[in-house]
This record gives sequence, structure tokens and C-alpha cells, in this order.
Amino acid sequence: MSEDYNKGYLDMELLRFTTAGSVDDGKSTLIGRLLYDSKAIFEDQMESIEKASLKTGDGEVNLALLTDGLRAEREQGITIDVAYRYFATPKRKFIIADTPGHVQYTRNMVTGASTANVALILVDARNGIIEQTLRHAFIASLLQIPHIIVCVNKMDLVEYKEEVFDEIKSGFDKISTKLDVHDIRFVPISAKLGDNVVDRSENMDWYDGPTLMYLLENIHIASDINHVDTRFPVQYVIRPMKDEYHDYRGYAGRIEGGVFRKGDPVKVLPSGLTSKIKSIDMFEGEIDMAFAPQSITLSLEDDIDISRGDLIIKDNGLPESSQDIEMMLCWFHEKPMVLGGKYTIKHTTNDLRCVIRDVNYKIDVNTLEHNNDDKIVGLNDIAKITVKTTKPLFYDSYRKNRKTGSVILIDEATNNTVAAGMIM
Amino acid sequence: MDNKYRINHLRELEAESIFVIREVVAQFENPCMLFSGGKDSIIMFHLARKAFWPARVPFPLMHIDTGHNFDETIEFRDKLMKETETNLIVKYVQDSINKGKVIDETGVNASRNKLQTTTLLDGIEEMKFDCAMGGGRRDEEKARAKERFFSHRDEFGQWDPKNQRPELWNIFNGKKHMGEHFRVFPISNWTEMDVWQYIMLENIPIPNLYFSHEREIVERDGTILAAGEFVTLKDGEIPEKRIIRFRTIGDMTCTGAVESKANSLEEIIEEVAATRVTERGGRYDDKRSEAAMEDRKKEGYF
Repeated sequence: MSEDYNKGYLDMELLRFTTAGSVDDGKSTLIGRLLYDSKAIFEDQMESIEKASLKTGDGEVNLALLTDGLRAEREQGITIDVAYRYFATPKRKFIIADTPGHVQYTRNMVTGASTANVALILVDARNGIIEQTLRHAFIASLLQIPHIIVCVNKMDLVEYKEEVFDEIKSGFDKISTKLDVHDIRFVPISAKLGDNVVDRSENMDWYDGPTLMYLLENIHIASDINHVDTRFPVQYVIRPMKDEYHDYRGYAGRIEGGVFRKGDPVKVLPSGLTSKIKSIDMFEGEIDMAFAPQSITLSLEDDIDISRGDLIIKDNGLPESSQDIEMMLCWFHEKPMVLGGKYTIKHTTNDLRCVIRDVNYKIDVNTLEHNNDDKIVGLNDIAKITVKTTKPLFYDSYRKNRKTGSVILIDEATNNTVAAGMIM
Repeated sequence: MDNKYRINHLRELEAESIFVIREVVAQFENPCMLFSGGKDSIIMFHLARKAFWPARVPFPLMHIDTGHNFDETIEFRDKLMKETETNLIVKYVQDSINKGKVIDETGVNASRNKLQTTTLLDGIEEMKFDCAMGGGRRDEEKARAKERFFSHRDEFGQWDPKNQRPELWNIFNGKKHMGEHFRVFPISNWTEMDVWQYIMLENIPIPNLYFSHEREIVERDGTILAAGEFVTLKDGEIPEKRIIRFRTIGDMTCTGAVESKANSLEEIIEEVAATRVTERGGRYDDKRSEAAMEDRKKEGYF
């Protein structure tokens, strides 16, 4: 890209991370600390949570009130829904998906994890690795969050002992052999007192690794996107009713993988028709090259029939194509999945229907054990299932591409989003 | 670091918002975009122009006019609509008052802010819009921090924060029953700072009210309000001239100004970076109670 395209007041990178941990792990305290130390908490917000803290009689200022915005959350002192929070340092802009950690809120964790580059997993140093830690790690792996940072919190309450940290670290390493995670970092912290959050701790000389903030600012995320296999799901066809663009047809969409250049030969799926990229059109003018995750408009040399839901690719790294799809599914709704039932399946810019063919197994998120006998998939269950779609789907495995490998299922009677699926 | 295939945070936010706006046009039959003349709706409209270029924006804009707008806002709005050949629909809160649907608040703290909800919902119903895009941002207010990009509304226009549809990856579910509609927030993930940086990056014109100027004001409970025919003075309040600018632009009765000499985008960005109060900190409408925004949103507010 040209310098111009990226010029800005501050040339920063965007990093999305999710925070998992229970109420007692000090998750909200950690977020509050990050926001406070990076000066993202404002005086009026502080004033407002001070006021609310007095009302609940907490005694001290409860930073959880910063993220728990809904009335019911404040009254019950729990986090109901994913809350998005923002802060920035001169290097990066951060989006936090703060998700509740209770077992009944797996769906929120999955939601928050779906767009994250990094998962922060909090472990209470006093309790070590518990069932919930495993659950969080499993979800991070299932959703293929590329980087995991394990924050061993409340180090102040274990006298900042290195052995405690080491034990948790080796315990987590044992878990991770069972999971599909590649980049795991460990940081000993005290969210409450600030040790190793933004500033280096003076209480843990034995730790010579980076602080949490340093990791967040520097973890390499540019390679998280698949820049090899070209994927351009057509979102909308642009036909200007203007004289100067009389015959113009532009295919608008967001690149979900690979790099497209002017002049590249392309193929359209499912039709299989081929053409060449005539231009990549942006509001500010034509560009020579575009890549994920840019939103662009393509025009082609030949006038071929293309509509929403079609996939434009280059002739290397073809996607899979099938009507029988195996996926890991997370069920979101109180009403259990109906085996043999029909659902709307949304995949990239495509809407199809599918029928649930089989439940291969369910996974116990606390033990990671497979259960081949239980076929009932209910709220917060995770299962491997097989569906048959009405038409062939052009997809990648979720491991290869998180965008072309993911689907949601919609209940046709209620229109509710009832499940998220990661194609195997 | 591999800089070849990398875009900065503003370009990534832009790509996300453009995707969302295009998704609205693809999924809904009769969408509109709410436009107030404030900076958030100005950049949202700018993103819409980018999303469909070289075609025109394929939906109308709708302005819910409280009748208490700054003249500068209305002039700016009309000029922009003319230049971009955009179809603008204006619905007046005054009409809702005349029809007896709502009652104008009286007294010194009177505001038409809450009344807008009725006019907005009536406008959506009358025009048969099945989706209204809004410039709400999640960093503005804590109830908004929980809002989806695609926010489902029942047939009364209400938001049910406890029963929102999960939203994963960039797959948006806009399916609905007859009579229901959606609110979509394309710039959900932008912060105030992002908006200002983007205005500068893209050189987007904004009303002069955002820049430092001298104005007659009254200061009330720490909020600086523009003195004018719509702001009823309390006993003992005497308007005075000060050098101010507005961080948000809305109804004159509740939009607070800040004392500022920032006269360029660079200076505004510096000021935003240094400031210790959120931009809605000056909004009189939010100060009414701790959950003021959530309550208004449940009823169908922007």
C-alpha cells in the first residue's frame, strides 16, 4: 500500500483481545487497571462508578462497574453480556471483548473469541489451574485465537513466589498439549497493585519477561491472516445509474484471504467462469493491489453473471466444496438442537438451508472428554456434528481461514442465531 | 514486521464499517441512515459514500429534527445533501407535539431529547423502513458498550439487552418478522479519537461549531449551554460570552460546550488526547440518571 493510504495522525495497528476469567479472578480489576494506567478512564466515568460503588456499599471503588453497564448487571453484581471496551497506546488501538466467565455464559465467550487476535486467560495464583481455566483455554483453541496470554494474577497474595508461577505454568503447558494452540505466554501479575501490568514489578526480580502491556503492544499479529489463499466473497453488486458509468459493474466485498492485483486472472465459484481483474476501485481512486481485511470493489474484464454469495478466487489454493459438512458446533439457545431439523446456515455472504444429519460426539468442556452416546445438544454444549446443505458450500477448514471456515445457524421459526460452527 | 500486507487501525475500522453498511443494503429491503449533522453521522455518511462509489448511496437519510438545532448544523446538512445528491427525509418533533403524541417539556431543564424517540419510531413506521443505521459508538456510554452491530427491535421498537442475538465473526443476522425492524451501528468500534483522526485523514468537512468560537453561554451544573431562544434561563442566570467549542452536536438544550481554543483538527486531536472527561460528559441528557441511556434505548432511542 502506498504511504498515503496509511498516513494518519498516529499510525497504529488494531488488536482485538478477549478476557476470560471468573468474577473472582480479578478480571474486571485487570481491565480497569489497563484502562486506568493507559489513561483511558475519564474523570466523569470515575465519578459515575464512585457514585455507583457507594450505592452497592462496596466500600472501595469497584472498577467492574466500568464495564457492567446494564442496570440488571449493576443490581445483581454480575456480567450478563459481552462488553466492548477501547483503549489505545501510541502503538496500538485495542478492542477488548470482555466476556463473563460463568459456565452458563459459554456463548458469550465464544462470541468474544470469534474476532480476537489474543486471549487473556486469568488464573488466580492461590487456586492454580482449575476446571474453568481448562474451559477457557479450550474455547480459545476451538475458536483458533492465535495468541494466548496466561496472566497469573494475585501474585501479591502468594508473596510473589516464583514456585507458584512455575507450577501454574507447567500445569498449563500440560493442558495445552491436548489443545490446538501455538503461541502461549505467561506473565505473573497483580492487577490490583499493578505489578507487571503496565509497569515492571519490583516485587518479582526472578521474572525477566515482558509486562502484559508490552506483550499486547508488541505481539506479532500481521501474520494471523491467511495472505496466501485468495478469497473474495461477493457481498453486493454495484451498478451506478450514472451516464459516465453506464456499463459499470462493480463487485463489492471484503477480502477474506490472499492478495488481489489488477490484471490477475480470477475464477468465480460456483459457476467456474473465469476473467481478469480490470480494476480495483476505491472512492479515492484505483489501487493496484488489495488484501485481507480490506473492503474493496472489483471490476472484471468480462461481463459474466455474478451475484451476492459467489466467491471470487485466483486459481491457486482452491477452497473445499461439499454439501456434507462436518463442524464443531457451539449451541447458544435454550431450545436444544433438533437432530434431523432444518436450519438456515449463514456462511460468508451466503444464506442456505441445512439439515442436521448427525451428532458425532459431544465434548465435555471441563474434561475435554468425548461423549459418543449423548445426542442431545443444548445450551452451551459443544459438539461435532454433520450437516447437509441444500447446495454445495465453498469453504475452508476453520484452521485455515476463520472467515471462510465459520458459519452460524438460524432457527427458521424465531430467526434467532442458535449456533456457531467451525468447519473441520 | 511485515508491513506489506498491513493496514492501520483507521483503515481497518473503515473496512469493517463499509462491510456493515453494504451488508445492510444486501439484507434489508428498505433501509435508511439516521443523520443529525453531528460528526458521527457525517463520517457514517462518508463511509456509505465510499461503500457504494461510483454509485450514489442507495438509501435515504433521515433527520429527526427537534426544532432546537443550531442554525449552522442545518445549513451544513442542506449543503452536504445538495452536493452529494442525497435524498434527505426530515421528521419534526414539532409535528409529533402538534398531533398530541408527545408533550413538550417545560421549565428550565426542558429538552426535546426524549421526545425524539416517538418521532423516530413514527418516521420508521410511516416510511416503512426495515432498518435504520445510526452513528452510535460503543465507547460513548456503558449501555452502548453492550449493543450489537445488528440490533434487533420488536414491533414496538424496543431493545431487549438481555436477549440479544450473539454476533460472531462478521456474520450478521438481519432476519426478522413482519413489523419488526433493526438498528444497525456501523461505527460501533470507533472511539472519539478514531473519529477525529479519520476526519483529518480523509479531510472530511464538519460544521464550524466543532471549532473554537466566541458564543453567549450559560453555565449550569458544570455544563456550558449555548444561550438562545430554546434555553430557558433560570433565575439569576446571566448569559456571558466565552471562547468555546462543541465536542458533540445535538439539540441546543442539552449539548454542552467546552472552553477551548482548538481551532484546527490537529488542535482538537491534541485536546481530545489530553482531556479527562468523556465527550458525553457534557451531555445534560445523560446526567438525568445512572441508567439514563439504557432506559431511553429500551424505548427505542437512537
